[in-house]
Amino acid sequence: MSRFGAVLARELRLSLRHAGDTVAALLFFLLVAALFPLAVGPAPDVLGRIAPGIVWVAALLAALLPLDRLFGADFEDGSLDLLLLCGLPAAGVAGAKAAAHWLVTGLPLLIAAVPLAEMLRLPEVALPALLAGLVPGTVLLSLLGTTGAAIVLGARRGGVLLPLLVLPLSVPVLIFGAAAAAAAADGLSPKPDLLLLAALLAGALPLCPVAAGAALRAAE
Amino acid sequence: MLQVEGVAGFRGGRLVFRDLGFTVPAGGALVLTGPNGVGKSTLLRLLAGLLPPAAGQVLWQGQDALTDLPLHARRIAYVGHQDAVKPGLTAAENLAFAARIGQVAVGVGLGAMGLSALADLPARMLSAGQRRRLALARLALSPAPLWLVDEPTLGLDARAVELFGALVSEHRARGGLVVAATHAALPLAGAAELRLG
Repeated sequence: MSRFGAVLARELRLSLRHAGDTVAALLFFLLVAALFPLAVGPAPDVLGRIAPGIVWVAALLAALLPLDRLFGADFEDGSLDLLLLCGLPAAGVAGAKAAAHWLVTGLPLLIAAVPLAEMLRLPEVALPALLAGLVPGTVLLSLLGTTGAAIVLGARRGGVLLPLLVLPLSVPVLIFGAAAAAAAADGLSPKPDLLLLAALLAGALPLCPVAAGAALRAAE
Repeated sequence: MLQVEGVAGFRGGRLVFRDLGFTVPAGGALVLTGPNGVGKSTLLRLLAGLLPPAAGQVLWQGQDALTDLPLHARRIAYVGHQDAVKPGLTAAENLAFAARIGQVAVGVGLGAMGLSALADLPARMLSAGQRRRLALARLALSPAPLWLVDEPTLGLDARAVELFGALVSEHRARGGLVVAATHAALPLAGAAELRLG
């Protein structure tokens, strides 16, 4: 566990030092979402209707941004060897990377979703459901993204391949996440969608690090 | 004791060596030599468990070493041909991870390779030789008995080579093992040599 903490601390220290990359994902999230009122018009009923979808799609795209460098930088400068030799199983290294991705990208997105939903005139009753969906949703995006990043590691044009791999895998997350907020806006219970998201998380939490770990070992 | 029996290794889908066998006793050192491309680095990565051997066995104290990779990793301190130094972090911060894993103070590693004065300097301001010293300083922070080093003295000045030599002899005096791939003469007294290719 202390080794897991050491990898996590290392990742957080690096993210803090390269704060520009971290803030870039957040700004991208806000900017993408801010384009929609400009494109579809500011009519509150239309915007409020599609707000959950906008927030979710923007979060999905923003979470993709830092994935390319998640393992890429360590792969190029030889640090990945040190991580794999730190005494943690490869799945543990991948898990720590996913945790760091969530803390640095997922959590800020979750927080920024509040003013964004307000800006897009999401009905107030739907906000708790949107956030309750984003909590497991952003963790899922971090797990799936880490797995995708590990799989394309070492491949030429990995950066192009990565979204093609991760976006289809994220479709169920997007569907249930947006559906939860939409249901709440219509006065229905978001519980079934949230439970399905939780079920996805329960599956991804043990499986994604194992898959990513195996991919890291094969990347050399 | 490290024993290697009949290993074969691939690099980029090409067989670079086969039927390789050697033994390194406790306190021993083995120097891998040979022309470029004969698989010295591949062999080191294979010993570290970063690459699976295509054939043969790697034994540690008579037991198959590569069945439990996380356990094997704890026996190893590896310095590859890349320095694995992050330019955005200071010299001390670059060692913090290794120090935490090895549960040793960062200063021990910096002192061992004569980098104490540069502790708070961002690594991007270090010269190539100083970065190499920083990479080698990780060895001093590791309690692992088996050191695997790839071209350790590349770019080092005479003083740093001496420091590295002292570090290694101290490690061997404690019963540690060293396997080094090199083209240059290393300050390793009584080291066995394995010529590849």
